[in-house]
Amino acid sequence: MSSIDPRQELADRLGLAEVPPARFENVAEVIEKLRQNDYLSDEAIASVTFLADRLAKPVLVEGPAGTGKTALAKAVADAVGARLIRLQCYEGLDESKALYEWNYRKQLLRIQAGRSDSSTEDWSALEEDIFAEEFLLTRPLLEAISATEPVVLLIDEIDRVELETEALLLEILSEYQVSIPELGTVKAKQIPMVFLTSNNTRELSEALKRRCLYLYVGYPDVERERDIIISRVPGISTALAEQIARVVRSLRNLDLKKAPSVSETLDWARTLVLLGREEIGEADAVATLHILLKYQTDLEKATKELVGRGKALA
Amino acid sequence: MRNLLGEFIVELRAAGLPVSMSEHVDAARALTAIDISDRDMVKACLAATLVKNGDHMPVFSTAFDVYFSNRHADASDLGEMDEESSNADETKGDDPNATGMRGSGRSRGMGGGGGSSMSAEELAEMLFKAMQSNDLNSMRSGAREAVDRYAGMEPGRPVGGTYYLYRTLRNLDLDTLMDRLIAAGTKADADGLEERLVKDEAKAKVEALKAAIEAEIRERLVDDRGAEALGKSVRKPLPEDIDVMHANRDEMAQLERALKPLSRKLATRLARRRRKRRRGPIDLRSTVRRSLSTGGVPIDLRFKPPHPAKPEIVVIADISGSVASFARFTLHMVHAISSQFSKVRSFVFVDGLDEVTHLFEESDDPAEAVARINSEADVIAFDGHSDYGRALLVFHEKYASTINKRTAVLILGDARNNYHQAHAEVLADLKFRARNVYWLNPEPTSYWNSGDSVIREYAPYCDKVVECRSLRQLEAFVGDLA
Repeated sequence: MSSIDPRQELADRLGLAEVPPARFENVAEVIEKLRQNDYLSDEAIASVTFLADRLAKPVLVEGPAGTGKTALAKAVADAVGARLIRLQCYEGLDESKALYEWNYRKQLLRIQAGRSDSSTEDWSALEEDIFAEEFLLTRPLLEAISATEPVVLLIDEIDRVELETEALLLEILSEYQVSIPELGTVKAKQIPMVFLTSNNTRELSEALKRRCLYLYVGYPDVERERDIIISRVPGISTALAEQIARVVRSLRNLDLKKAPSVSETLDWARTLVLLGREEIGEADAVATLHILLKYQTDLEKATKELVGRGKALA
Repeated sequence: MRNLLGEFIVELRAAGLPVSMSEHVDAARALTAIDISDRDMVKACLAATLVKNGDHMPVFSTAFDVYFSNRHADASDLGEMDEESSNADETKGDDPNATGMRGSGRSRGMGGGGGSSMSAEELAEMLFKAMQSNDLNSMRSGAREAVDRYAGMEPGRPVGGTYYLYRTLRNLDLDTLMDRLIAAGTKADADGLEERLVKDEAKAKVEALKAAIEAEIRERLVDDRGAEALGKSVRKPLPEDIDVMHANRDEMAQLERALKPLSRKLATRLARRRRKRRRGPIDLRSTVRRSLSTGGVPIDLRFKPPHPAKPEIVVIADISGSVASFARFTLHMVHAISSQFSKVRSFVFVDGLDEVTHLFEESDDPAEAVARINSEADVIAFDGHSDYGRALLVFHEKYASTINKRTAVLILGDARNNYHQAHAEVLADLKFRARNVYWLNPEPTSYWNSGDSVIREYAPYCDKVVECRSLRQLEAFVGDLA
């Protein structure tokens, strides 16, 4: 098997003086470092993060809302001591908001200033002058590329932009460079880690998917959810955390409009701790269920299923 | 390893996963970066590079289990895997129990349950203990034991694992096991909530056991028949390719799950396309505001958003036995994205016809609405065999006046008319009144016009007659419609 190191190859292409050292030694280290930053990963999450670093490829993270997709990028940034640059996507996001924009006002001022003090100035010199980096407003993507210190780039909710806008990202994702027609190509000065998140409200283009590693983050299993609760909610007892995790699992098995997310589970746990509960009785559950469920029909269904039937049996 | 990866990708593509050349290269590269003796790691790595859609994960997982079965991964020298698959038995001796069992696995199937050291009770007890204490290892060995004992596997038989799985599960008596788990987990003073939690937990454990047994059976089949042959027989269609007419219960559930995000996706796509399609008149206020940043020169014109014309839809669905599941899905789908149409009216028929729009309006859970249609709609006039001609006549008589040039009429059915009169002239009149008439036929094109199918007579009066057997086809159609 050939042993071309993808990092080495990319570094050569970008013309970096030296190959930046890998951020993680092995998968165990990823898990450990993320844990220190209060993010409990699992095997899949950790392996993909590890591979993303090793292969120098972006990661596309998909899954239901509130399962820690954005938190993963933040935790990785903290774990490797990098600056997090975030691009929040929305419908109508365009080049000038995502990549770069020429600073028209400053360019105008420059031209006017040139006119007043001497007319001898050559137009081509002026043109060269106003299309210099001085007049460039960097937006998140260009900022991540041109940063010299280590960065983690988070492109959040990529599924919100139009299909055409996705194309803006392709050059960055595969080549780690940005082409600016008036200025030339800006190549990355380091190898940034890139995370893209998507709530899957639409199919992303093949071109984008092909350039990324794919990670599906679903709801955690009971054990992991319990551990997440314990690590994120101070002062909670293991027994209570376990019980919360089990209730949430039962809820997710019901056919609800919107299953409770991990972040809602955490809110619920915090509420129960504030109320000073050590275990969840039926009454508590019914009284606080609205923290987990946001639709009236879901609430009714859950109350009926979880509490009502039990009563009928007893 | 490279060969194996290639074969694996061929299998994935055969199962319908779109794996591109560059993804293949990525996977090969990724494998060089990791420790390939770690099976979970290999799986995570291939999943990350080859599968780009969460819904495709189960299909990938099955294929992975077949091509990289546990036995093979035991041997850390993955490189020679291709040659040694037939004599895997000799490679490892560190687990005498497993090896012994494997050696005898071939002959045992014929001789019934002999040779096992445990009695049926002991096995049940062992599984119970393992599940109660969440001990994965002994659960797995229990599963192995159960397969030995009950599956009666015969080498060379070209069946998928389902038959063996069924035999094993029937003999294991999982219901009793679940009851025991529930009884053991329930405390004396438990309230309803706690009881429910215990029950769900037992259910999850039993599911895990089932999965373990299925995996075990699959592994043995791989040993017996090789990955390629087995890959073909356990291959499952992707959710969007499942044939709606012939789906089994599991597949139905899968379809329903797939439908929910699909209709949402479709709705966003349609809304977006409508907005993009035409630009409205220039928005002067916004343009002037915008021009300030360019010194008052209106470089960047702004437009008012367009007013999209939303079509009205009339759905007429055959819900007789032969096409019921299909009609269900289509009604589901159309109503799920009804926000994209200005008005949706639904009618169902067998040999009578009834309007069911109100059922969808009353409940916001489409599944419930469909259930109510089946019980409440008054669709049977005579013998309960579908009669398209009569249904069209009734529709025309009562509702023809509501059809206008903004309406698209959607007819769902196989046009199997039980040799009644077709009354195609009624459809001709509807076509004259409506903007479009579409016919969705859940039968494969090759069956059309055979036997009592009279789609030929209706086709001239439809703008389009399309075969619609899977979610993929349905999605494509609805996408074109709006």
